[in-house]
Amino acid sequence: MSVVTTDSAQLAPAQLRAENLTLGYDGPDIIRDLSLDVPSGQVTTIIGPNGCGKSTLLRALGRLITPRSGQVTLDGVALPQLSSQHIATCLSILPQTPTAPSGLTVADLVSRGRHPRQKWYQQFSAGDQAAVEAALVETDLADLADTPLEDLSGGQRQRAWISMTLAQDSGILLLDEPTTYLDLAHQVDVLELVRRLNRRNGRTVVMVLHDISLAARYSDNMVVMKDGGIVASGAPQEVVTARLLQEVFGLNAHIVTEPTAGRPHVIPLGTSSSTA
Amino acid sequence: MSTSRPLERQAEGSTESSTEPAFAESASGESDGGAVAFEGTHSLGSPLKSTLKSIRALRFGPVSLRYYPRALAVSGILVVLLLAAVALHLAFGGTPLSYPDVIAALFGDTSKKKIHLAVTEFRAPRTMAAVLVGACLAAAGAITQTVARNPLASPDVLGVTAGASFGAVTVLVIGGGGHAGLSGAAALIGMPAAAFAAGIISGTAVYALAYRRGIDSYRLVLVGLGISGLAASLTTWILTLGDVTSAAQALTWMMGSLNGKDWAIVQPMAAAAVVLLAAALLCGRWLLLASFGEDTAVGLGARVGRIRLTALSLAVLLAAVATVVAGPVAFVALASPQVARMISRSVVPPIALSALVGAVFVLLADTVSANALSAPLPVGVATAVVGAPYLIYLILKYQRRLT
Repeated sequence: MSVVTTDSAQLAPAQLRAENLTLGYDGPDIIRDLSLDVPSGQVTTIIGPNGCGKSTLLRALGRLITPRSGQVTLDGVALPQLSSQHIATCLSILPQTPTAPSGLTVADLVSRGRHPRQKWYQQFSAGDQAAVEAALVETDLADLADTPLEDLSGGQRQRAWISMTLAQDSGILLLDEPTTYLDLAHQVDVLELVRRLNRRNGRTVVMVLHDISLAARYSDNMVVMKDGGIVASGAPQEVVTARLLQEVFGLNAHIVTEPTAGRPHVIPLGTSSSTA
Repeated sequence: MSTSRPLERQAEGSTESSTEPAFAESASGESDGGAVAFEGTHSLGSPLKSTLKSIRALRFGPVSLRYYPRALAVSGILVVLLLAAVALHLAFGGTPLSYPDVIAALFGDTSKKKIHLAVTEFRAPRTMAAVLVGACLAAAGAITQTVARNPLASPDVLGVTAGASFGAVTVLVIGGGGHAGLSGAAALIGMPAAAFAAGIISGTAVYALAYRRGIDSYRLVLVGLGISGLAASLTTWILTLGDVTSAAQALTWMMGSLNGKDWAIVQPMAAAAVVLLAAALLCGRWLLLASFGEDTAVGLGARVGRIRLTALSLAVLLAAVATVVAGPVAFVALASPQVARMISRSVVPPIALSALVGAVFVLLADTVSANALSAPLPVGVATAVVGAPYLIYLILKYQRRLT
């Protein structure tokens, strides 16, 4: 059995949906009664101020935390009713600070993405090999395949982790702040890759980003959160307005239309406290 | 970077075409698992065949087995070393015997009655005990270090050895009053049973106390150290209650000793060890995933909580079996997995190789401690002499990495 998503193959991602989610860790609820239909085959970015619950929502979508109430569904089936291994073939998630055992090489890391499709007697099929090779090439890491992860630069390491989620060959990709700690060129590099994965294979992408202009540039859809709820969602042109930035971030800003793709671009002027 | 790859060229041109989804002509099909599968349509060029030199797999039909050439070679060498160490141990476990005599006796030659008796009834069980103690402790160490993601972790940290010592010493001191020390049924069944039970109870206590919406390796180590400390001080207190004979007997046991092991204890424990080691090997594939961060492992479909519970239960049982046979033999569980990891250049300590290293370690340590001085020493002394400098080395190395 060779299961490989190739450079040209189309994925049919499952429909991911959050229904009346209430989420929290030890203390009070972080998110209360939130519902969200994730648009299939599109890039959706969640933005919002620190502590608004963006990462928490993404983690719940990726079954890394169990909701206090409500549910996340894949094609209408609640996640707890599906085996975790099956979910991993439909949905891959890159956590904010992923950790791997030290000494692990890039190729070995990427090969672990095949785990959900393996059995004890199917440890590395020809299909697995092709998928790992394709994922390495896609992320431009073929030459670094045998390099230990800790010897890579920040941007390369982030691409290696994305490569692992690609080898998983799932229709839905969840990325928790994939550009954190990267310089601008590497941020763009990662976002170009993410958009390419969406455009070419029809993957559904949901990510959390901090930079609103970059989010607007690379997303089909933006979801704006504040205090554990969604305050706006839609195309970047509709969502990113001076008024919304004032309401959600307390930021005074000019919104200009950037010339290449006609997306909104934020020119910050100051915070409410500094310019009031 | 190189531009010889078709996919990269596509990547470079993606800004232009990316506003339109580039739908491809290739037919797609949906597998019954809900995941989308594509058969053999990838267009990767031949230069990429070299990309994955480092991942090797044997494939026959639907079966594919991943293997690590270096680890295979190392395990071959270790098996040879193990056989040599077994031969040495059999030949030097007392008055030196000639190899032909030992081998003949093992294969049932009863013509030299004394030699046959010595080999099969006294030396063979002790050799077997050394192998099983080494293998079980090392496998338990490999599992613990993988789950705790810390090369300084060992079953001692799980509270097993300290708990088992407490159980054994309690039976020795309370049951073994009088000058003869503990003997008879209490020695044969009572002490091992108490050691086994107490080891498992304290291992379970550590797990339960460290559990808080899952197992955090840092919390596991701290709670383990606490429980071990508690068991150790209780053991010391019990020792002060006993008379000199039983206290001396207890102290020998607490050093880790293979003296006077006979088939009555070794046989059932060996059977248990084989089952547990087989289970541990089957866990290996999942264990590697658990050595990633929890989020990553869950994302890849691993049920991390269940894996950790299963793995740590196996580690506790393996350590308990070894401790019942020989008492707490120091440093085997700590050092063997890291030695196995280094010589095989694995990412996490490989269980099978660790077990082989542990068996060789204990066999050699027992051969040396039985012969080095005029009076035979407990095997735990020899392993500690080798292991203590190793522990210091490990701590220094670990510290350097942190600073």
